[in-house]
Amino acid sequence: MKVFVKRGDSYQEFEVPRQPSQTVLDVVTYIQRHLDPTLAYRYACRVGMCGSCAMMVNDVPRWTCRTHVDKVAKGDRITIGPLRNLPVIRDLVTDMREFFDKWARAKGEFHGAQTKKDDFAKVPPQSPERVLVDKGIECIGCGVCYAACDVVKWNPDYLGPAALNRAWTLVKDARDNQTLARLRAVSGDAGCHACHSHVSCTERCPKHLSPTAAIAGLKREVAKAVLQGDL
Amino acid sequence: MSYRRDTILWIAQRASAAVLALCVAVHLATIIYAVQNGLTAAEILGRTRGNAAWFAFYSLFVLAVTVHAPIGLRAVLAEWLGWRGRSRDLCLLVFSAMLAWLGMRGVQGVFL
Repeated sequence: MKVFVKRGDSYQEFEVPRQPSQTVLDVVTYIQRHLDPTLAYRYACRVGMCGSCAMMVNDVPRWTCRTHVDKVAKGDRITIGPLRNLPVIRDLVTDMREFFDKWARAKGEFHGAQTKKDDFAKVPPQSPERVLVDKGIECIGCGVCYAACDVVKWNPDYLGPAALNRAWTLVKDARDNQTLARLRAVSGDAGCHACHSHVSCTERCPKHLSPTAAIAGLKREVAKAVLQGDL
Repeated sequence: MSYRRDTILWIAQRASAAVLALCVAVHLATIIYAVQNGLTAAEILGRTRGNAAWFAFYSLFVLAVTVHAPIGLRAVLAEWLGWRGRSRDLCLLVFSAMLAWLGMRGVQGVFL
């Protein structure tokens, strides 16, 4: 199989043998171990848990460890590049700092009002709010949605689907007490209002989450807060 | 307070979109119905002129367009041309006023 790997501004061609059940990560690993040890790429768990091996495969962001070559190879060719919308450190390795800094800008950390002296908060698992939270909390921060998002490409300040999804899970968390500050942080030109609901993030999310629904929820919550005079 | 302004613009765009959805549907249905029996322009004007209900309907249509289009264009200019800030918003206000003037001129011609 012919593999075209993006290195800097150009693509380098490699010939890699096809194997049964071969993943795209296997292909990249084969290239580094047998053809060119200078190839830089990132991975850790190899089983879809850590979220570090995401790359562009035939121009689509994917976890390479969970992407079988058989499913994505076009004929006998495959193209692999670093995640879109992120600065490239080298070859297939991107700098994820901006991606995670945006989680902080979206006030993605939990702020509870209770102390260790208080009893456990009782949150019924079937309560409507908790059901909404549960739909969004399995994100592992792989950056696939961020690379799939056209709005991030057009507006580099845009917080992006993952950070906004995280904010949504906290807005709906009954224990968190920073809702208004968070709604302020996720509003405006760089926040939820910039989303055009293209649904690329939802389409590509390997965990089958829906950041689009989370962002729509944030828009509703912000609108409510503004109309009620809270923001 | 960009979050507040952007949120109000977002609400205005969604609300005007809802009005437009209704107005466009009524507008298209009326056109199809009106031309079926081979009405001439003069006959149509004969029926529309002086009709206060249609005047109000199309004035609302024009108002919804003047709200909806500039807000959409605001995002397009920011994303495609990187044009943000006061100069863009002032230009869009002029654009909005132009839409209102042209639209109401049309409404006046048909209904007054």
